[in-house]
Amino acid sequence: MAEVVTRQFVPASQAAVKDAQLRQALRRAGTGFDGTRREAIEEVSPEVWEEWREEARRIKEHTIGHLDYYLEMLERNVTAAGGTVHFAVDAQQANAIVSQIARANNVQTVTKSKSMVSEELGLNHTLEAQEIDVFETDLGEYIIQLADETPSHLVAPALHKTRGQVAQLFADQLGVPYTEDIEEMARIARVALRQKFLDADMGISGANFLVAETGSLVIITNEGNGRLCTSAPRVHVGLAGMEKVIPSLQDLAVFLRLLPRSATGQRITSYMSMVTGPRRDEDEDGPEEFHLVIVDNGRSRLLADPALRESLYCIRCGACLNVCPVYQRVGGHAYGWVYPGPIGSIVTPGLVGLGQAKDLPNASTLCGACRDACPVQINIPRMLLHLRHNIAEGPESYRDAGSDTGSLLARGFAAIMSSPRLLGVGRKIGRRLLAPMAKGGVLGQSRIPLVSRWTRSRDLPVPAPRSFSEIWRDELSGKGPTGLQD
Amino acid sequence: MTLPQPTRASLFVTCIVDQLYPEVGVSVVRVLRRAGVAVDFPDGQTCCGQPLYNSGYVSEARKLAERTLDILSDKEYVVVPSGSCGAMMRVFYLDLFANDPELLARAKDLSQRVYEFTEFLVDVVGYESTPVEPATDDRPERGSAVAYHPSCHLLREMEVTNAPQRLLDAAPGVDRVELPDAEQCCGFGGTFAVKYPHISEEMLADKVAAATSSGADTLTACDMGCLMHIGGAVSRQKLPFQVRHIAQVLDGSAG
Repeated sequence: MAEVVTRQFVPASQAAVKDAQLRQALRRAGTGFDGTRREAIEEVSPEVWEEWREEARRIKEHTIGHLDYYLEMLERNVTAAGGTVHFAVDAQQANAIVSQIARANNVQTVTKSKSMVSEELGLNHTLEAQEIDVFETDLGEYIIQLADETPSHLVAPALHKTRGQVAQLFADQLGVPYTEDIEEMARIARVALRQKFLDADMGISGANFLVAETGSLVIITNEGNGRLCTSAPRVHVGLAGMEKVIPSLQDLAVFLRLLPRSATGQRITSYMSMVTGPRRDEDEDGPEEFHLVIVDNGRSRLLADPALRESLYCIRCGACLNVCPVYQRVGGHAYGWVYPGPIGSIVTPGLVGLGQAKDLPNASTLCGACRDACPVQINIPRMLLHLRHNIAEGPESYRDAGSDTGSLLARGFAAIMSSPRLLGVGRKIGRRLLAPMAKGGVLGQSRIPLVSRWTRSRDLPVPAPRSFSEIWRDELSGKGPTGLQD
Repeated sequence: MTLPQPTRASLFVTCIVDQLYPEVGVSVVRVLRRAGVAVDFPDGQTCCGQPLYNSGYVSEARKLAERTLDILSDKEYVVVPSGSCGAMMRVFYLDLFANDPELLARAKDLSQRVYEFTEFLVDVVGYESTPVEPATDDRPERGSAVAYHPSCHLLREMEVTNAPQRLLDAAPGVDRVELPDAEQCCGFGGTFAVKYPHISEEMLADKVAAATSSGADTLTACDMGCLMHIGGAVSRQKLPFQVRHIAQVLDGSAG
């Protein structure tokens, strides 16, 4: 499995907010994607958009609610089309299955179209360790493979890189003259990748959707690399999380409308490929073997928890990342694993364990922009609250050095707020302690623990000399300019 | 001649206003009364439980929520000068008591009766203009160019999308100016602001920059939590605009 560094969220995000180039890259991409998404919604009208969201949500609710049934249907129909379905409980097993397929077919070279699941599995490293050459062919993935980095966004893996950084990377890694011309850079990548497509023995793809009734794997791309990866090599291996299945082609339609618009604001992507089994006798091309590896790797834990199940409705469009004020400041890498941003803050703890990803659900203001942007109406803030509850009041294993302080503060707060009298005394004590340090009614930079984390950049008001309750009692009750007794 | 029965509102002032910003509560009462609303202030109220709930301390939050349900049990309309506390009572109490049928029924009942201050004025009272009244020394001075920041929970949980703007647009002496990227969170997020100050500050810096560029002399919102956060930066950086709760703007705009 890909390395998990979710515990480093605080230092990683501290470094990220100081990274001017990252900020520039995020700002451009975030506002760009979100702007075109909003335009696309306006074009179809917000009312129609809501209808689509509701339909998509109903389909996901139904399918995830009957996942065993549809996975069996999918397996039956993939098999009937001549393909082979493999179920992997975890990353290790998934990697072993793909390695075994590669060995059995004497594979030397693999081309890959974009797959977040393969990132999750750390599949490239597993294959490379067996001396198989692996080439990412999605331009963004190709860039980060050259840079030996991980994706920082669900649909734009190299979003964290500025044009200049990519130009420098190409010059360093490919020995080409430095150029920031986008068309020229795309041409350089195309030339570098063209031969790999022809050489590859095996193509690995992800899946945007799996259609149970036809046994089809559906991928949408803008570069056409997915079609080359799935048709040119002898063997095609499709990788998908088990939540990717939908019942029918009819159900696919609404998702094909929602996904590109939510991801990039496009009405439709340049390519849409449906792969149903390997080549048939009458086909002119296509792979000799088709394998579909369906990956659990922790997803059944999300499925089993009614409060978190809807995280499996995600279609990985990235819209929640583009509107998230936290993601937009810290970027994808700070989250410490493959799935960043709001949805990642639920999926990642679900897949790697909440105990080592406790910052992720907490690093949100619960502003709700993600839920509004989600094409399947996933209530992300509510799940973040659920995870916070598990951290604060859940099993012993989630507790750490800060937990006791946290629950002590919470109990203290609840005790004070349970008694208006205690609250009044508390305010008077607070005022007596803080007022002498205040200037103009506010506290400036202070060394008081916790308080200092606020006052490092923001002044803090001190408790008022009289509470509203006292003012009401003394001055406001019983009075009213309407002449009525209140 | 019989006068129409006035609307009666029970004010839940919120703990932050009660303890830190009582003058906001005073303005709330004055504006409500001016709108012909009979205001009462239920005894014993403190905190709705939101800070605890948002931090995951659900069982502690339930204690405060239960108290609040008790205190507000028989009130016809509960008015809250905050979108986040209002959202807690309207939306999140239902989650908080999802497994307790009796308390859930009471939470549902409250959720039908609880209104954010501006929402109440526009949707229930039908009040949009502030009667002209001369400004006095103890009332905040009128704002002229006012930018409105829609706080996240008011906008996305309570779905109050235009009541505050309508009130501001109708208020004499208030010239509402657009706040760029208005719907972006200010970075407060309760404990978020102290757990992850480095991220919170970045968000705050953008909000403050937007307010500065709007040319407003006053930034307003319906939540003192957000305004404490934004105001903290305004006072630290000695920025050339003031930060006021919308009740203060409406209160001071008369004249």
